[in-house]
Amino acid sequence: MKPRNSSTASLRVRYPKLRIRISIALLLACASLACRRDMQDQPKYIPLRGSDFFADGRSARPIPEGTVARGELRADKVFFTGKSGDQFVDQVPFPVTRQVLERGEERFNIYCTPCHGRLGNGLGMIVRRGFKRPPSYHTDRLRQKPIGYFYDIMTNGFGAMQDYSAQVAPRDRWAIAAYIRVLQYSQMASINDVPPDVRQELNSELSTRSAEPKR
Amino acid sequence: MSQVFHRSTNTLSRVSIFGGIFILGFLVWAWAELNASNYATRAKVPVNQPVPFSHEHHVGGLGIDCRYCHTSVENSSFAGIPPTKTCMNCHSQIWVNAPMLEPVRQSFRTDQSLHWIRVHDLPDYVYFNHSIHVAKGIGCTTCHGAIDRMPLTWQEASLQMSWCLDCHRHPEEYVRPRSEVFSVAYQPPPNHVEIGRNLVKEYHIQSLTSCSTCHR
Ligand code: HEC
Ligand code: HEC
Ligand code: HEC
Ligand code: HEC
Ligand code: HEC
Ligand code: HEC
Repeated sequence: MKPRNSSTASLRVRYPKLRIRISIALLLACASLACRRDMQDQPKYIPLRGSDFFADGRSARPIPEGTVARGELRADKVFFTGKSGDQFVDQVPFPVTRQVLERGEERFNIYCTPCHGRLGNGLGMIVRRGFKRPPSYHTDRLRQKPIGYFYDIMTNGFGAMQDYSAQVAPRDRWAIAAYIRVLQYSQMASINDVPPDVRQELNSELSTRSAEPKR
Repeated sequence: MSQVFHRSTNTLSRVSIFGGIFILGFLVWAWAELNASNYATRAKVPVNQPVPFSHEHHVGGLGIDCRYCHTSVENSSFAGIPPTKTCMNCHSQIWVNAPMLEPVRQSFRTDQSLHWIRVHDLPDYVYFNHSIHVAKGIGCTTCHGAIDRMPLTWQEASLQMSWCLDCHRHPEEYVRPRSEVFSVAYQPPPNHVEIGRNLVKEYHIQSLTSCSTCHR
């Protein structure tokens, strides 16, 4: 064994617990180094996390042109465009059940009421804050439009109104279109269209309920 | 020879032995509190964004539904942050000259993404999924607080494991009818635990506490 360096020896005389102290300090240093965030921030892409690999900084890549995703073949022209040839179709391309109409109501209330209002009269909240006022759905012109026309407006937009193709899936667009028809009928209805047994109920309900949602 | 220490020091030394335990206990408690504090979890701290987007205005004032902007919250793990185009649906006509909205317009013109700062950020070793919570009747405000009163968004809950587990063990205390999930006005009725128990049965809510539920 080599003789000990004299300066270390004198240190040990002066600070007898030096070794223990140094090891505690080392342990603490290791412990604080262990606070790395490698597991918290793993090098993987989660939705919308940026990327420094691609020039545009996005980890979600644009789909190359001509790619057909699963279920996106869009062979069914009527379903995806609302047109048959050049003409708007006047029928929803699947059976309209109560469920479809309820779905349509829900989606309409999310995506369209801000401007068109719950009744479709064009007096939504955003319009009251200065957006261009859309026409009411309850005009003869819009009542006579085939249902494919409404689908088309949601898909491609119309004048000052942007399209809703990114926010509303095709099937839901049809459901909304069907619900717009319901709204149109509802504003045309007379009391004679209501079966006599629910008339009484309707009268009492109308007096307590307003068309605007409770908030 | 007289005593070095007076007798009274006996009590003092006894007290200091007990005191030592309490000091240790206090340190442990302080450490735990610090870990759960808003400082450590970043809860309740409004986050400054490139555009001062206000849920108070858009949700509270204008009554826009969450799903208008967070479109994927019902059918995906990720709730979705709206693309610039969604803002332009309205801001193509509203506040078109506001300097506050210039980053939005610039992003729309140049097709460069807006860089929102994340408010919530679970560690990457935790799996979270919005769609299941929404489908089983857990409302947005249960986890995100009164978002309709936030001029700038902040994180309401601690997002610590104990917070998740508290609800996973007792879902009946938090569940609400599915029709109220997106409502910001919903207040739990006084008998909500009773209703909750029925909803837990009706929605077949399980109590998921196995580690692999969230760490997979
Ligand atoms: C941001 C406000 C806004 C929202 C939200 C909105 N619209 Fe519109 N919509 C308009 C405006 C404005 C017009 C009138 C456009 C014009 O004449 O330039 C319009 C026009 C229309 C028209 C009438 C077209 C015609 O022939 O006059 C239909 C139908 C329509 N929208 C359907 C919808 C549906 C369905 C939705 C929901 C998916 C929706 N809109 C959401 C603002 C909006
Ligand atoms: C007009 C569009 C819009 C609507 C409506 C909207 N949000 Fe947001 N939300 C945003 C934008 C933009 C951000 C990102 C900026 C921010 O964090 O404030 C955001 C962020 C959030 C965040 C924080 C995300 C993060 O970074 O962790 C939560 C939580 C949230 N929204 C919940 C809701 C809830 C709940 C509702 C419905 C009550 C709602 N939002 C309605 C646009 C909207
Ligand atoms: C459905 C329509 C609509 C959408 C979508 C929308 N806004 Fe707004 N926004 C408004 C209206 C209306 C006002 C004016 C508020 C008022 O007058 O009370 C406004 C005001 C603002 C303001 C300034 C007022 C304030 O203090 O909040 C900002 C900033 C803003 N919006 C950002 C955004 C961003 C960012 C988005 C996209 C995530 C967005 N908005 C999406 C309708 C909308
Ligand atoms: C069970 C609790 C819970 C409920 C209910 C909930 N959230 Fe979240 N939300 C979270 C957590 C946790 C995160 C953070 C996720 C992460 O960091 O990966 C989050 C993140 C978000 C984000 C940021 C984007 C993302 O997905 O990471 C948005 C936006 C959001 N929530 C909106 C909503 C809306 C809108 C609702 C209601 C439909 C809702 N949340 C319901 C817990 C919840
Ligand atoms: C307020 C109540 C509540 C909170 C808070 C909550 N959860 Fe849940 N969570 C639920 C309910 C209810 C379910 C549905 C259980 C079932 O499948 O029946 C669920 C299910 C899940 C699932 C199962 C998803 C699947 O596909 O199997 C995961 C993962 C999950 N939660 C993660 C989390 C995480 C992570 C947190 C904390 C950041 C959290 N949850 C906070 C109520 C909550
Ligand atoms: C309901 C979802 C959920 C379940 C179930 C769950 N965890 Fe966690 N766990 C989390 C979340 C969320 C975090 C992140 C906490 C934070 O960021 O402070 C976490 C963090 C952790 C950590 C890191 C703690 C730290 O302080 O860094 C460990 C270790 C852990 N979990 C172990 C477990 C074990 C073991 C089980 C099973 C007994 C389990 N977890 C079950 C949600 C869960």
